[in-house]
Formats: sequence, structure tokens, C-alpha cells
Amino acid sequence: MASRLLTSALFAGFCTGLIAALLQFVFVQPVLLHAELYESGQLVHFGAEPVSAHPDLGGIDVMRDALSVLFSALVYTGYALVLVALMSLAEASGAKITARTGLIWGIAGFVAVHFAPAISLPPEVPGVAAADVVARQVWWFATVAATGVALALIAFARSWAAWAVAVVLLLAPHLIGAPHPDSFAGTVPPELAAMFASRALGVGLAAWVVLGCLAGHFWQREGLRQNAAA
Amino acid sequence: MNAIARTAASARAGLVQALMVAALGLGVVMVAGHLQASALHDAAHDVRHATGFPCH
Repeated sequence: MASRLLTSALFAGFCTGLIAALLQFVFVQPVLLHAELYESGQLVHFGAEPVSAHPDLGGIDVMRDALSVLFSALVYTGYALVLVALMSLAEASGAKITARTGLIWGIAGFVAVHFAPAISLPPEVPGVAAADVVARQVWWFATVAATGVALALIAFARSWAAWAVAVVLLLAPHLIGAPHPDSFAGTVPPELAAMFASRALGVGLAAWVVLGCLAGHFWQREGLRQNAAA
Repeated sequence: MNAIARTAASARAGLVQALMVAALGLGVVMVAGHLQASALHDAAHDVRHATGFPCH
């Protein structure tokens, strides 16, 4: 049981981390590097001269990119461990876990850890003004937990009362509100900040769909393999 | 041990293992995505931004 959990989570998480890193390099990293030119003051918008929207972003930084691959693999392996653990509990109470049903688990995971927090705390491009990091982290974890519980209630509960609680849990973090800065001091053009947020969410959705399918696939395959060996 | 007790015991073991694996996963996400130690922050910087974690 424990080896089935760990094996399927490590395979699914590591593969997803590599795919997510690749997507981030192609779609998110150019926007991030571009924003850093404004963060560092190399580019300034709203000056006397119009600034080109297509600057030279430099070449590949091997060390920096290798660390990004490593941490992407770590983050998605962490998510995979939680996801597979929850899948195992659902299966024990009668749910069917396959690559196909994993798709819905992946989309739900994306909503819980990317989309719901982003509604009130959009993915931050470097160089934006933001409130205290600890306060934002506390809000982030609370929102992920509330949304996760709400989605589980919607999926598995069978009563109107439970579904009403789910709606309250979905809305509460945003009605309470995320920590925001007292004043705006961002140096990055709004075009880049918007592009960064939507690209980060798009890549997050793709990665979580892959993670859900792979987690479902490896969980089922490891189960068959261990049953055959027993 | 009869069959019902055995099923209950294996369900309990499954729950404990699932909770431990989930806690391990949460720990990995905490360290890779949220700890503010500066070496970790710098190494994970791009991934933290791209994954929508609060950074800085």
C-alpha cells in the first residue's frame, strides 16, 4: 500500500514536473525575463520615448534553468503525493481511479491550488508591489484548504447542507479578501503583468491535467502489478 | 481475527498511510515553494512565480 502510493506519486509527479518546466520555459519564462528588465530599471515605461515590446532577453542561463527544472519536479512531486493519497482514500470508499477519472482530479487540483488563489491574488510577475509575504502565504494556504474541502464536498457529499457549506467555503476567502499592498509601486507594464498571470494559469492547468491523468494511470497500474505479484 | 475486523484494520492502515504520504507531499511543497530562506528562494524563484506562489 505505502509502496503503491509512493511509486505512483513519484512517477506521476516527476514526469509532470519535467513537462511543466518545459511549458514554463516556452510560455512563462520569456515574460518573466522581460518583466525583470523593468524590475531592475533597465527598461522604464511611460518615459519620453516609447519602449519596444520586443527586447533582447539574452540567452539561456544553464544554472538558473536547471534549478527551475529541479524545483518544478519537486513541487509537482509534492502535489502528486497529496493527490495520490486522496485518490487512495476515495478508492477505499468506492470511487473508481483511472487515467480517465484522473482528468477530473487534475482539473479539481488546478482549481484548488492555482485558480482559486489567483482569483484574489493573481500570479505575481517580478517587480509588482505586494503585501507582506507571510500574510500572503497564510491566505494562500487557507484558500487552497477551503477550496479543496469545498470541491471534495461537491464531489462526494450527498446532501444540500454539505453543498451549501461548499459554496460558503468557495466564496469565503475572496469575501474576506487577500492581503494587498497599501500603495501601488509596480514598475512592470500592465500588458506584461496580465500576460504573465494568464500564461502561468494556462501552464498550471496543462500541468495539473497531466498530473491527474498520470496519477490515475500509475495508481491503477501499480495496483494491478501488486495484485499480480501477491 | 475475523474478516470484518481484518477489513477494518486494513482500512485504518490505509488511512494512516495516506495521511502520512499526504503530509510528506505537503512538506515537499512547503520547502520547495514557500520557505523564505534566501538560498532556497533564489533557486526556486522562477518556479515560484510561474506556479503562482507568493514570492518575495
